[in-house]
Amino acid sequence: MKEKIKELIEFINKNKPGRSINIMEVCGTHTMAISRHGLRQLLPESINLISGPGCPVCVTPISDIDWVIEIARQYDVSIFTFGDLFRVPGTESSLYNEKSKGRDINICYSPIDVLNFAKNNPYRKVIFIAIGFETTIPLTSVIVKKAYNEKINNFYIYNTHKLIPEALELLLLDKEVKIDAFLCPGHVSAVIGSKPYVFIAKDYHIPCVISGFEPLDILESIGMTAKQVKEGRSEVEIQYKRVVREEGNPTAVKSMYEVFDRSDSEWRGLGNIPGSGLKLKDKFLRFDVRTSFPVKKIKSSEPAGCECGNVLKGIKKPTECKLFSKACRPENPVGPCMVSSEGSCAAYYKYEKLKT
Amino acid sequence: MCLAIPAKIIKINKNVAEIESLGVKKEVDISLTPEAKVGNFVIVHAGFAIQIINEEDATFIQNYWKKYFYEGKN
Amino acid sequence: MTNIKNIGNRKINNKKFKDEIIQLSHGDGGIKTSELINNLLLKYFGNEILNKLEDSAVLNCGRKKISYTTDSFVVNPIFFPGGDIGKLSICGTINDLVTTGCIPLALSLSFILEEGFPVSDFKKILLSTKKILDETGLNIVTGDTKVVEKGSADKIFINTSGIGLVGNDINISPRKIKVGDKILINGGIAEHGTAILSCRKEFNFKTNIVSDCAPLSSLVNSMTAASKNIHALRDATRGGLASILFELARASKTNINLYEDKIPVKKEVLGICEFLGLDPLYIANEGKMVAFVDRRDADKILQSMKKNKYGKDSQIIGEVTEKGEGLVILNTELGTRRILDLHYSEQLPRIC
Repeated sequence: MKEKIKELIEFINKNKPGRSINIMEVCGTHTMAISRHGLRQLLPESINLISGPGCPVCVTPISDIDWVIEIARQYDVSIFTFGDLFRVPGTESSLYNEKSKGRDINICYSPIDVLNFAKNNPYRKVIFIAIGFETTIPLTSVIVKKAYNEKINNFYIYNTHKLIPEALELLLLDKEVKIDAFLCPGHVSAVIGSKPYVFIAKDYHIPCVISGFEPLDILESIGMTAKQVKEGRSEVEIQYKRVVREEGNPTAVKSMYEVFDRSDSEWRGLGNIPGSGLKLKDKFLRFDVRTSFPVKKIKSSEPAGCECGNVLKGIKKPTECKLFSKACRPENPVGPCMVSSEGSCAAYYKYEKLKT
Repeated sequence: MCLAIPAKIIKINKNVAEIESLGVKKEVDISLTPEAKVGNFVIVHAGFAIQIINEEDATFIQNYWKKYFYEGKN
Repeated sequence: MTNIKNIGNRKINNKKFKDEIIQLSHGDGGIKTSELINNLLLKYFGNEILNKLEDSAVLNCGRKKISYTTDSFVVNPIFFPGGDIGKLSICGTINDLVTTGCIPLALSLSFILEEGFPVSDFKKILLSTKKILDETGLNIVTGDTKVVEKGSADKIFINTSGIGLVGNDINISPRKIKVGDKILINGGIAEHGTAILSCRKEFNFKTNIVSDCAPLSSLVNSMTAASKNIHALRDATRGGLASILFELARASKTNINLYEDKIPVKKEVLGICEFLGLDPLYIANEGKMVAFVDRRDADKILQSMKKNKYGKDSQIIGEVTEKGEGLVILNTELGTRRILDLHYSEQLPRIC
């Protein structure tokens, strides 16, 4: 493996452009992999990796967390969430804290397990927190359709799904954000294919490389991105050819849009992004927990001094946030970027301590 | 946002497949990859197969992982 | 019994314990556990010996040294691949005791049983407990049993304690760790934690993973017979290998290099970790002893470990590089480095 790494580093160095460039790795799983394998240590100084907003937990508005907590407090329900969201702080509590107080909040591995739980426990009202991007959205669509067809009427979803390409466009329109290229999320792209990124390359002249998650994948993708910048090209290239096809997974995309329509969506730190969210089609509206479990008005507020928004946009590095490593640490996180397993700040917290 | 791993399909029963990866077996939903057959490799995310991949590519990843484990003398 | 030597004044820690309710993270071996111990418990009970926070206390009794430890077991499920709560309690206590290099002498065993707990299950647990006692030649010399109302305990909780005799020529403690020491482990990591995860119904995995739960008294005996230059021993339990290395680095004020390609991880263990997005370095073990030894004796000690049934997959996994603030640096397969931290809490399965 060391020979292959050497080859890829040479490839990167050979193709690094004459100036300093910013490559945004959109996906939180990439952020973690880069940090875990210490990949920044292998890159030339002129290549700067910025972590982007592809961490679904990080971009879920604080009001959504507060809302779910309020439902847990007001109603006798069984709530299921992916582990990623469990410790993210809301305005004054978290799902983890609420569980400590005795609320029925559980971690699930798969949405299908949640549906099966609802089926096997018809007297419990079961809520699935549907979070995630296009990798995960088709899964929610499958279980909603199943619940509809099998008349599982005690099952609900709290929909907070979001779409990636629209967020990327917003970043490009923001003058403060300086991105030279995108490392695109490999498994989101396994579903949507490469076509949704073409507008970025064509209209904004920003190179996009769809990357896998092993260190060799990421290094190769960085090399391919740098090469495009150096050669003045802007195309969508697939490095992760083993999994990503140009057309993606049409069955998965079709399933998504059988259940959801596009809508606007609020992204924590980025604001409202038109067309970047999903809402249940009328046929499936009864699964929407917000209609069936109304809550009184919630007062949500962002924690003072939290720079997660700027970190998500790549404007500030985690180390440039005043709270980083002081008031905001993994054991006492202020914002989601520190608590999420793939938040930039959590990744940096481990990585940046190393002074070589 | 995308934790997913390659696995081999060893059994199929309607929309549920038993898959195996690194010696661990599990049932996953294959509604999103209806063309999948026994013997195919798939990428698995949160209990669902989301794409079919070819054997050579799956083996590439598994060979990469071999650096991180040993078979053990049980 | 001669008087135990004066165990010193209580040390007062200045940090406040801020939490208002006890949470699961206070018990998972991560940072919150550390806060509970340092900022709350030691304020009430701190003394020279307890403050060392070692797995076993060593007490001077006249010319003898006694090793003394206690532990409680609340594992769920109580039956898991490779063992049960009974086997776990004896192995866990023995393993804590032998971190001082002592010869275990006797154990205590107490039960808190939930009303309605099936006697057939209790008998299974008693049998597996007895098996380990027979294997190690140890006896339960005192104990207690309580029964509480249904709902007040989860089936069965066990508390144990153990005493052992430390040879006069043996002095094993994190304070003896030196620059240049090699770090050894007796086999694959994360097996206990992944065995527990693998049988959780909600995950629905089918694997052959078995907990590494084992009594390591014979292993440590072979090691101390091979060399008197073992500086520190620690059994890596909750919080995983990374957590105890972190603690030992801090306690000895040294920096450690760990080699990713030398750390043994079984294939299926890695499989569970890949599925759930977990790092094996932070997953619980119940039959793994980590040793810091003088570099000149490292190979000799390694060979003695490999001859023991619980040490066949032993490896040298790292070394103490310098005096420092207690950094544990992982040298990755790729030739890069990253710092391992005390995990702020138990890892949760993730999809991202």
